[in-house]
Amino acid sequence: MKQIKVLGSGCTKCVKTAELIEQVANEQGVAVSVIKETDPQTMLAYGVMSTPAVVIDEKLVHAGSMPQAVQIKEWLK
Amino acid sequence: MFEVFTLLADWLTYSIFQIAPDAKLGDAVHFFIEDVSKIYVLLAVMIYAIALVRASLNVERVRDFLAGKRRGVGYVLGAGFGAITPFCSCSSIPIFLGFTSAGIPVGMTMAFLLTSPLINEVAVLLLMSLLGWKFTLIYVVIGMTVGILGGLFLDAIKAERWLQSFAAKALDNGRKQGGEVVAESESVVMTFSDRHRFAKSETIDIFSRVWKWVIIGVGLGAALHGFVPDGWIELHLGDGQWWSVPAAVLLGIPLYSNATGVIPIMESLIINGLPIGTTLAFCMSTVAVSFPEFILLKQVMQWRLLVTVFLMLLVSFTLVGWLFNCLSSFI
Repeated sequence: MKQIKVLGSGCTKCVKTAELIEQVANEQGVAVSVIKETDPQTMLAYGVMSTPAVVIDEKLVHAGSMPQAVQIKEWLK
Repeated sequence: MFEVFTLLADWLTYSIFQIAPDAKLGDAVHFFIEDVSKIYVLLAVMIYAIALVRASLNVERVRDFLAGKRRGVGYVLGAGFGAITPFCSCSSIPIFLGFTSAGIPVGMTMAFLLTSPLINEVAVLLLMSLLGWKFTLIYVVIGMTVGILGGLFLDAIKAERWLQSFAAKALDNGRKQGGEVVAESESVVMTFSDRHRFAKSETIDIFSRVWKWVIIGVGLGAALHGFVPDGWIELHLGDGQWWSVPAAVLLGIPLYSNATGVIPIMESLIINGLPIGTTLAFCMSTVAVSFPEFILLKQVMQWRLLVTVFLMLLVSFTLVGWLFNCLSSFI
């Protein structure tokens, strides 16, 4: 199971990003656990400056915007 | 070039809605239609055009650029980048920490963050089209100055003493590394279709956030335009009353809007005879000082610093107001 973190201060874009990832994972039949991280210290630890950012299995894969479904599919492969 | 919007408003107001041109209502409706249609078209076209150009500018690059810059230049650059770099206000905290952990002084970072809501391409465009280039220039210069002097002031009082402890530690670490950036952000070469995709999503994103503010702003403006008697504002809130400036600043605090919403209101306040300084003070306070944003900053700042920044902004906007009321006869 992939551990996915969506980093962001809880704005709409971050919530939507988390929802989109869950939705794409469902369609692909990939088991994921998506959590939303709002703690600024966590963002600092990953070196993230623009949110929403996506961390998959402790690796930062995206920052600064809502990812597109195509990109998410790539990450979940 | 903008006449087409006047014609559209003429046609809708007088022919379709059948409102008499000399009625107060007709005046207000005409103003509303003309301004909303003009602003929407301008926004869509210009956001796209500007986004194409600045697609490759992001906060990571700004940080790399600012890290290790000498102080004097740093504040000016910080404020300048604050004006042109796009970022969502919900990113302020991670940006603050990212800058801080690269060893950038708190004042320089704040120059960036304070200027950002005051000046952006949408605000500049609206000002140009509604109030003319002279006013736009004044607005941009003041916005930058508030950011630069604010940053200088915060560093002069050693604001970093009042950061939350983890943020202070990050700043210390960053300084020890001599301003070298921890994770060098990769520079990506963008193709035109990348830029187009970015610009398209920016346009949709900004437009969907600001369209309602335009309606609210222009709506209030239209109401002022049509229903507040000519000369009323000038008589009661003219520059004879010194207290009207601080009062305008205080009134702006609970009202929170972005620059896009407030500029149409500025237009009608000025047309209705509110002095330029009072108008600027009110609008800058509405745009830059908001409780929700300040509460967010609490995550990285102690109360003392938060209150200092808050008061600093209120005092600077009041001074700006007084200054421009005094100068207004020369402008």
